[in-house]
Amino acid sequence: MSRCGNLRLWILGLVLLLCFIQSEERRLKSDHHEHNEGHSNMSASTGVPIVSFKWHHVEPPYLIALWVLVSFLGKLVIEANHHVTTYIPESALLICLGFLLGGMIWGADKVQTFKLTPTVFFFYLLPQIILDSGYAMPNKLFFTNMGGILIHAIIGTCWNAATLGLSLWGCHKGGAMGDIDIGLLQYLLFGSLLAAVDPVAVIAVFEQVHVNEVLFIMVFGESLLNDGVTVVLFNVFDAFVSLGGGAIDAKEIVKGIISFFVVAFGGSLVGFVFGLLISLLTRCTKNIQIIEPGFIFVLGYLAYLTAEMLSLSAILSVMFCGMCCQKYINSNMDERSVQTVRSALKVFANGSETIIFVFLGISAIDKSIWVWNTGFILLTLFFILVYRFIGVFVLTWMMNRFRLVPISLVDQVIMGYGGLRGAVAYGLAVLLDETRIKEKNLMISTTLIVVYFTVIFQGITMKPLVQWLKVKRAALVELSLIEKVQNKVFDHALIAIEDISGQIGHNYMRDKNFEEKWMSWFLLKSSARKKQDRLFNVFHELNLQDAMEYVTEGERRGSLDFIRNENAFVDFKKKFDEDFAEAMPDIMADMGVLSFFIMNARVLNVNKEGDPVPSVSLEMHEQNLRGLRQAEEINAHHLLEQHLYKGRKQHRHKFSRSHFSINQDENEVQEIFQRTMRSRLESFKSGKMAGIENPAFMPDVDPSSPMHIPPWLADAELEVSPVAPSQRAQVRLPWMPGHLHRLSSLRTSPRSGDSVQEGDEQLPPSGSRQTF
Amino acid sequence: MGSRASTLLREEEIEEIKKETGFSHSQITRLYSRFTSLDKGENGFLGRIIKIPESPMCRRVVVSFREDQVNFKGFMRTLAHFRPIEDNEKNKNPPTSEPLNSRTNKLLFAFRLYDLDRDDKISRDELLQVLRMMVGVNISDDQLGSIADRTIQEADTNGDNCISFQEFIKVLEKVDVEQKMSIRFLH
Repeated sequence: MSRCGNLRLWILGLVLLLCFIQSEERRLKSDHHEHNEGHSNMSASTGVPIVSFKWHHVEPPYLIALWVLVSFLGKLVIEANHHVTTYIPESALLICLGFLLGGMIWGADKVQTFKLTPTVFFFYLLPQIILDSGYAMPNKLFFTNMGGILIHAIIGTCWNAATLGLSLWGCHKGGAMGDIDIGLLQYLLFGSLLAAVDPVAVIAVFEQVHVNEVLFIMVFGESLLNDGVTVVLFNVFDAFVSLGGGAIDAKEIVKGIISFFVVAFGGSLVGFVFGLLISLLTRCTKNIQIIEPGFIFVLGYLAYLTAEMLSLSAILSVMFCGMCCQKYINSNMDERSVQTVRSALKVFANGSETIIFVFLGISAIDKSIWVWNTGFILLTLFFILVYRFIGVFVLTWMMNRFRLVPISLVDQVIMGYGGLRGAVAYGLAVLLDETRIKEKNLMISTTLIVVYFTVIFQGITMKPLVQWLKVKRAALVELSLIEKVQNKVFDHALIAIEDISGQIGHNYMRDKNFEEKWMSWFLLKSSARKKQDRLFNVFHELNLQDAMEYVTEGERRGSLDFIRNENAFVDFKKKFDEDFAEAMPDIMADMGVLSFFIMNARVLNVNKEGDPVPSVSLEMHEQNLRGLRQAEEINAHHLLEQHLYKGRKQHRHKFSRSHFSINQDENEVQEIFQRTMRSRLESFKSGKMAGIENPAFMPDVDPSSPMHIPPWLADAELEVSPVAPSQRAQVRLPWMPGHLHRLSSLRTSPRSGDSVQEGDEQLPPSGSRQTF
Repeated sequence: MGSRASTLLREEEIEEIKKETGFSHSQITRLYSRFTSLDKGENGFLGRIIKIPESPMCRRVVVSFREDQVNFKGFMRTLAHFRPIEDNEKNKNPPTSEPLNSRTNKLLFAFRLYDLDRDDKISRDELLQVLRMMVGVNISDDQLGSIADRTIQEADTNGDNCISFQEFIKVLEKVDVEQKMSIRFLH
């Protein structure tokens, strides 16, 4: 805790520095003239200044960077206190931090110099969040529930806007709000900006409450899609307000409705086009893998800006861009680039979200915008909640008659309660034109209060509510292999039944032919196309899992060889580094990719123990002798492991900014490696059958004998020896050869397109004796 | 029931099918017209060869219509497996035997898709065949074999290297079978 305490002090210090700088700046400005003259005189007399304080020189970017730093530090401090974050969502805490910081700045300056301006928000903070959502969106789930999502997004949002505006107007007429100057149209405008559920807030709150996926995708999808409606409603009512009440006739209303379709579909189309563009580009970027990820970001951002330029829905555009391209770029790009894109998107999105919430808090501490009208504010809050629930219940009731799996009442309550408003509403409110809308400040204040209420209060109470209502939670377990296979079987069987019974249902669209034939042909690299088969991915994952298990097993059991030569243990690392680093740089580098896969698989795989992969040399030390069978497994695995370790090191040596090639003679190297592995497989297999032969592992890691060629290359010398594996080994054997075999095939897949044919060659069985 | 069904569907037959399978009257008549259109020749039963656009499981599904030659009742009985499970059904008079679209029966249907020789076990070969059907040419037999081995290993609790129906049910207990194996039949 002391460290956190120090950090808090740092933050305070930083902010004070900020305020200090601000005031200094002002002082400097006023003194500037004198200084200027003074300087020119002085420079004539004193000569070259050694060091000077050039604040103005760096001010804008410095301030930005400082604010980003402060926001991130705030998040750091908040996340360090897990016992608080289990009750209060992080977004609420960030807003409170914003209050604090805003208060400090206010205290120093008497003026709120830092605010969340719409430009910064809409152009620099929002796009990456939506791009990340689109890219990470579970497409299948989304499209399965598309009907429901659309209904909620369109009809629900219109309903919210209309009812809120009209009710407030009604209350105004009834005198509940005192004397304010807002007409019906302005009420409707206000309603439209507050109607939309906000994606940022939804992510922030729902991520800590793991509800089941259907519920999540309904709320989340709605929050993303309703931007189409929001943009239209806002612009239409804004235009109406500026035209004045008299100019509105049927024609304008019809134009409004048409503009909805144009905006929504146009935005989606723009996004789709950009998504295709990205996919096409990644097809050709084999030679510039180092900046491949850059294309995603740039084109994603351009999608946003293009839609904005054409006054279409920018959020829809960037969302569809992400959704459309995710499958293709994941297949086309190198694994590392995919990781980079994923991680970088997360960094940007999370960072933006943090900054948004902090600034939402800061923007509140500004005396100039606060207009308090109790009736207005309370009524707004009340109506928002009530109409949201009514809307959700009615719409879901209608939808449930057509859904295969109806949405339960409990889920509906959470959907209603999850209608959070956020920064988008605030941004729109600030965009209001104050010349036409006299009560702009009142609206801003109300919007802020609503946002705070939903994010803080509803955020805090969401988790207890979910638990109290016993909402079905998300399943966290990984699917077992048979479940994956079975799901596929179900899908196909359903297609068959639908054909037979003459129905056309969901599964018709899922039938892959159209997509496989045209889109994949066009957008995927030829090598990627081969990998497309889902079962192959299952297979791939299987290999990774096996490799990981191997490593863990080895970590736990150690290696016999080490035990044999305790002295050699210490030198093992060094020895093998020297011996083999020069000999097989390319194999090592190759294995680097494998290790990369494995390490990332580890990172992504939540369910494993999470052991760090290779610090094995150290752990291998403490082991007991278990017997022959373990030696074989251990040998195999530690052979693998040894590769992993070295592969990474090798990578470092070869790093360069522009040139990222690692597989020089890839075919040759892979082939050799493969053959070796395969030969082991063969002997393994035959060992399994006969039950008497020794699984073939070479004693290649005998540290006492210096070798020039890595022994696994010299498969000509291997022999088979008739050592009977123990009972346990026999049980374990069945899945071991498969592992190695699979590993060999895995090796070749990303680069060479002709991966699997090689797996069919039959080599003469060869193995080697395990010496003891 | 190898007897020929009459080409016209009689009322009492409709009633019978309705009680057995739970389809509604209109659905039954609709499916009957579909059945007759699929019928090769005026025989009142589906031939072994059905020309339906390919899904890899298509042949299997057809085969799983339990007998060699299917009449309308069998057709309906099989299709009934795919009806969505409705809540109100559970509350109505509890049926004497389990309704055809219950979870167990759905799983049984799926099980039979694998188990062609009806020995109530999915052997490695049968699993391999299904896998081979669902997979393109990219995967070699060896790799498929390892997947099959691994799959059996995951599910097999009594160590006989085959998956029995009980093991099948157990392994799939978390899967939302009701949703995955249901289609909405138009009224």
